[in-house]
Amino acid sequence: MKSLDVRDVVVRYGGGSRLGDVAALDHVSLTIEPGSFVVALGASGCGKTTLLNLMAGFLKPTSGSVSFDGRPVKGPSSERGVVFQHGALMPWLNVVDNVAFGLRLRGVSQKERHDRAREMLNLVHLEGVEDRRIWELSGGMRQRVGVARALTADPDVLLMDEPLGALDALTREQMQELILDVWARTGKSIFFITHGIDEAVFLASKLLVMSPRPGRVIASLDLSFSHQFAAGAKSGDVRSKPEFVATRERVKGLIFSSRELVEESL
Amino acid sequence: MSSSSSLFVSRRPHAPALPASSIRHLVGRIGYVTRVSVATSFGLLLLWQIAASLEVVPAMFLPSPFAVATKFVAVSRDGFQDATLLEHLLASVGRVTAALVAAVILGVAVGFAMNLNQTAQGVVTPVLELYRPIPPLAYLPLVIIWFGIGEFAKVLVIFLGILPSIVIATNEGLRSVPPDRVNAARSLGATRAQVIFLVLLPHAMPSILTGTRIGLGAGWATLVAAELIAATKGLGFMIKGAADFLVTDVVILGILVIAAAAIVMEMGLRVVQRVVAPWQGRE
Repeated sequence: MKSLDVRDVVVRYGGGSRLGDVAALDHVSLTIEPGSFVVALGASGCGKTTLLNLMAGFLKPTSGSVSFDGRPVKGPSSERGVVFQHGALMPWLNVVDNVAFGLRLRGVSQKERHDRAREMLNLVHLEGVEDRRIWELSGGMRQRVGVARALTADPDVLLMDEPLGALDALTREQMQELILDVWARTGKSIFFITHGIDEAVFLASKLLVMSPRPGRVIASLDLSFSHQFAAGAKSGDVRSKPEFVATRERVKGLIFSSRELVEESL
Repeated sequence: MSSSSSLFVSRRPHAPALPASSIRHLVGRIGYVTRVSVATSFGLLLLWQIAASLEVVPAMFLPSPFAVATKFVAVSRDGFQDATLLEHLLASVGRVTAALVAAVILGVAVGFAMNLNQTAQGVVTPVLELYRPIPPLAYLPLVIIWFGIGEFAKVLVIFLGILPSIVIATNEGLRSVPPDRVNAARSLGATRAQVIFLVLLPHAMPSILTGTRIGLGAGWATLVAAELIAATKGLGFMIKGAADFLVTDVVILGILVIAAAAIVMEMGLRVVQRVVAPWQGRE
């Protein structure tokens, strides 16, 4: 099984030449074990997206290393799929061709790639919209297309950059359950970014609490609520458990205490 | 029911409802702006006819629409300056089309090169920015000195008129590509060439087509200048020849035919744009 390793990474934008430049990421280390659901939670400016860009291979660290399956990450690759905050779909392609895009890049025949794309659309509960145009879909449907597109390329890890950030509250809860369902059924590792505390606690098998200026991980918690949901428990039941509420409050405390620290230092 | 239709009904209570409403329905389907545009066109035509009938200016300077229409038939059948109207038209459309095709191919390539390579950007920018604001008539003598008076020189002048809008539109289209869209393709395993042809090109397509439409306008504007170079056929040549002998009706005829040809090509490009880039403005 393949794991994604981030070792002692520092990222400074602009080469760090300006005086008072704060590191976007300051000596961050983490491992995404096979089959785990790692959630990075933090306020804006804490380096969550920078961390994801490093793992995806869109960005190189100023120092430190990122490796996947023991080999250094040198650039983007289809073994590490990405789901973007605003979908980043191709409006000139219809739904099924968007989902099949990764297979087209590999030269898979149209029939085969459409078959595979339909399977993935079924997995995210999007049937009967294959021929629709992207702009005809709602925000939640677009994000499901984005998830299906990443899954069609059959990556080992899914990197999700605030994929639910632009959705309304009701759609958001449905999507959380859908993502857990996909995670349980495919066994993929997931790295998921959010600034929603409830969402983070619900989804994570491992929760990283991050803090800004400089961006760093201030706490790492092993949680089991996502496993409980995947094992058949109802989302509402899980969320109303005393442990869930206690964990949520603890995480909230961690985030606000780090904010006070930052404010004191300013 | 709108107020105008109830007025209509109250005036003629026994009028059969169906024909009136179906005509109204047909007219209603054509947009308000289009209806005003059509009315304006006919209004101008009418003003022109009135001015010509009253002989506000001598007919030699302002022939009536009827005289121009008569000339249209005559020049179509018998020709003017050794070529029929159709031959003049085809010569001009051929030049504009050749220049447009060449400008699109080269313009898109240059636009991409500027966007993908900083050296190319550094080389192209001063050349483009220096010649772009110069009116074609100003560098026309230079084109004749360098390239002679053949067909190539004529197409070249039109081509130079079209090129900048396509280069600029391509470049703008590429600059507006969201980084996430490129990253999405890369994370699915796209090579550099695949990013160019399967992401950047389709993304820039609406902008390229808009640039082509603007360039086409510039191309027709340059046509008359181009056909001043020892042409024997062409609408610009026909207008110039007619002007020399004060055959004003042929001058007006030539102007109207150029306008009509330009409108037809523009409409064609709009259809292409709607088919090729239906997502434009809907993201």
